[in-house]
Amino acid sequence: MTYVAKPRTHHPKLPRNELGLTRRDYEGAVSTLCAGCGHDSVSAAIIQACHELSIPAHRVAKLSGIGCSSKTPTYFLGKSHGFNSVHGRMPSVATGANMANRELYYIGISGDGDTASIGLGQFAHIVRRRINMTYVVDNNGTYGLTKGQFSATNDKGSTSKKGAPNLYEPIDLAMMAIQIGATFVARSFSGDKAQLVPLLKAALKHEGFAFLDVISPCVAFNNHNGSTKSYDYVRAHTEAMAVADLIPIHDEIRIDYAPGTVEDVAMPDGSTLRLHKLHGDYDPRDRVGAMDTLMRRAQAGEIATGLLYLDDDPSDCHEILNTVDGPLASLGEAELCPGSQRLEDINAAFR
Amino acid sequence: MTVPIQAVNDFVIKFANVNGSGSASANGMFAKALFRMGIPCAPRNIFPSNIQGLPTWFEVRVSEAGYLGRREGVDLMVAMNAETYAQDVAEVRPGGFLLYDSTKPFPKTLRRDDVSLIGVPIAELILGEFPDPKQRQLFKNIVYVGALAELLEIEWAVLTGMIEEQFKGKEKLIGPNVRALEIGRGYARDYLQAPLPIRVARCDGVGDSILIDGNTAAALGFLWGGATVAAWYPITPSTSLAEAFELHAGRLRRDDASKRNRFAVLQAEDELSAIGMVIGAGWNGARSFTATSGPGLSLMQEFLGLAYFAEIPAVLVDVQRAGPSTGMPTRTQQSDLLLGAYASHGDTKHVMLLPSTPKECFDFAVEALDLAERLQTPILMMTDLDLGMNDHISLPFRWDDARCYDRGKVLDADGLDAVEKWGRYLDLDGDGIGWRTLPGTHPEKGSFFTRGTSRDEYAKYTESGEVYQRNMERLERKWATAATLVPKAEIREGSKPKACGIIYYGTSEPPMAEALLALKRQGIELDAMRIRAFPFGAEVYDFIGRHETVFVVEQNRDGQLRSLLIIEGDLDPASLVPVLHYDGMPLPAQVVERHVAEYFAAHRKPRLSEVTP
Repeated sequence: MTYVAKPRTHHPKLPRNELGLTRRDYEGAVSTLCAGCGHDSVSAAIIQACHELSIPAHRVAKLSGIGCSSKTPTYFLGKSHGFNSVHGRMPSVATGANMANRELYYIGISGDGDTASIGLGQFAHIVRRRINMTYVVDNNGTYGLTKGQFSATNDKGSTSKKGAPNLYEPIDLAMMAIQIGATFVARSFSGDKAQLVPLLKAALKHEGFAFLDVISPCVAFNNHNGSTKSYDYVRAHTEAMAVADLIPIHDEIRIDYAPGTVEDVAMPDGSTLRLHKLHGDYDPRDRVGAMDTLMRRAQAGEIATGLLYLDDDPSDCHEILNTVDGPLASLGEAELCPGSQRLEDINAAFR
Repeated sequence: MTVPIQAVNDFVIKFANVNGSGSASANGMFAKALFRMGIPCAPRNIFPSNIQGLPTWFEVRVSEAGYLGRREGVDLMVAMNAETYAQDVAEVRPGGFLLYDSTKPFPKTLRRDDVSLIGVPIAELILGEFPDPKQRQLFKNIVYVGALAELLEIEWAVLTGMIEEQFKGKEKLIGPNVRALEIGRGYARDYLQAPLPIRVARCDGVGDSILIDGNTAAALGFLWGGATVAAWYPITPSTSLAEAFELHAGRLRRDDASKRNRFAVLQAEDELSAIGMVIGAGWNGARSFTATSGPGLSLMQEFLGLAYFAEIPAVLVDVQRAGPSTGMPTRTQQSDLLLGAYASHGDTKHVMLLPSTPKECFDFAVEALDLAERLQTPILMMTDLDLGMNDHISLPFRWDDARCYDRGKVLDADGLDAVEKWGRYLDLDGDGIGWRTLPGTHPEKGSFFTRGTSRDEYAKYTESGEVYQRNMERLERKWATAATLVPKAEIREGSKPKACGIIYYGTSEPPMAEALLALKRQGIELDAMRIRAFPFGAEVYDFIGRHETVFVVEQNRDGQLRSLLIIEGDLDPASLVPVLHYDGMPLPAQVVERHVAEYFAAHRKPRLSEVTP
């Protein structure tokens, strides 16, 4: 871990966003994770994405479960409320929080143990309910805080630090998310900031359930030869299917790509999501095609990354439940209480 | 020959049916008819954990004197299930009656000299009348209600009025239903000796009361109390609470202009998720609740510890059923008290509210929402199957339109700007309760990290033992504050001091007046106290202190309330005598009477008659 406290003063030349804030305004406490941990890169990418989108940090709620990944919300967006909940149960807490106030941005941070093992049930159901949030799994295939046990996303045959192979099939969370109803599914690599930051921006602006499976190597327990979640292995075996750029409302959209490789998707807030199709005819809006590609790639020992699936007309849980605009949490007696006369009617109905 | 029981407005009638045959609504109609004739009565559904084909019973205690606890023994058995004839006939008191479907003869071997058989050939009577076999099954139930109308003198207009109400909008069903009633009545008039020596008569025993189940009452309380997020997982006997909330919220909480909902109901994937959603919503400022039963409460333990330690408002109703494990899922008990009180690992304690009536279910639901936000902690409302699922005569609900919700200590943006020193867990007011902030409030101030790990007053993670202990001590201060805010115990003491007292709670209330009167007739006089909440207020221990011996009545095997009293009050266990009933059926007055009288006999306690000649 890093022991040097960060100075709070800002470099005068740091770029400022629309809110007049620099990147430093989006930082959190000093990370206590191991030096070189992929999770710190994910935190840095979230900081950059929120800064570039000019999201007011206090309008973000950060939620997590338990584990190394779940500690990271402390290390970004210090001006946001955070909730480090119970192991594997962040989805239910995020669901309740989102029901109470639909107007905030919700970032859920989880790990492969937290989401694919103890929390697999809650994960499946938050996807089904389409909570409007960005759900990030820092996926390193191992239990870091308890020192290196295999997790459920670890590939069969991938070895532990001591050389023992994993005997069980892996769970592909991105595949599950597509199958169960997520409207935005991406996979990325903590070491590929150029890909990760735009994906995070697109996910944050997506008005539905956005899932990001970020392979984020564990330098302490799963970064050796024989591991399929090491920096070296992941770098050598990834291929991006499609990536996304978020173009703000006022930026001019210039087309300077080869025909057929770029497609623009209008976002509800007026910005544009630019899809770059990088791999042949891979179409991230083809749900079945996406699952087919993911399975074939996995079978070949390859990791398909980028924007894997997008429903460009998403719905969210508030739409499904037909709730009013604005936060339920801020409604008062006048909107909530039916009053004494209605209660007399109720009494009469039970006589 | 045994003399037939003679009684007006004072008997127990029990219906034995097959479940899934539509008997519940006919039996409910019977009970409601008596209620509408002004006669106090207490219907109780005794049903199997099954959808169709198993035996089910419905018992109605009729008591003009207002004794509405369960009473042992049956005066009139309506035996509509041949499978359970043997059991049903055995339950009838000497001199009682048994009505059966005489299309087939009643087995000779089961006949009793001291029970009058009343045969009504129901199947035969309706055979020609209703061609559809499914309809025939439903109308069978209406036919016996019609026969009972004649036999017991239930007012005809009351019954037909109810049918008209029930089928408003489906008018073509009114005729056949009334016809079924008439068939039963006609047969009883023409072929039976009516009225029976037991019968009903209009009286003025219910005033402006309502007849309602506790689950609906609690759901309405949450609606009036401003709950906006309800998360739940289906489990008997709590399911109807969440369903009632959704039903009534849909009618009363919809924005007129946009037709959109000012509430969200989520059926969760399990109870862990349900309580997680409640906690997430409470953290974010919404009034939120879940309803469950024992097995669900077991699953919610970890989250309840989080909400206790991280100090998040949450409201939970445990509609208790008979445990352990799956136990008797359709029978009543008060056996989750200790589980609720100390839910979760580590040193945890939870506020519990213990309502006795639907009126209290309504009031305590509102109170629970206020207390949860005031105390920033889970509030557990402990009801049970008997209170939750059965209709009870209850005082009507009241609402004061001037009432404001107590949203507790929440700093808004102005508050954050005004406050000099703020830390989420700083005890600025000395009551153990800090000021919280909600996400999204202020661009610069008030953000903090909520966690189940130890932290200091400023919500910063710490592993300092000293800081941890300080925090745990503050939570104790908050607990002491809670004891001053929860509903006080209800005490009934005469002017004369008595040596013995009796403590009870929840659904042990209805039989208690009857038990105390019966004991008094035996020369045993007791002061009484109904506990309504945990932590116990000072009045609870004062009452115990004033008495030599105190009986603690409860519906579980282990005397859980008694244990709580001993643990929390550091009492001598010898001073509290358990009176226990836990067969899954509601507590009858006779059980209390028997236990207390036996104790007096065994311990040679002086009876009143011996002390004051």
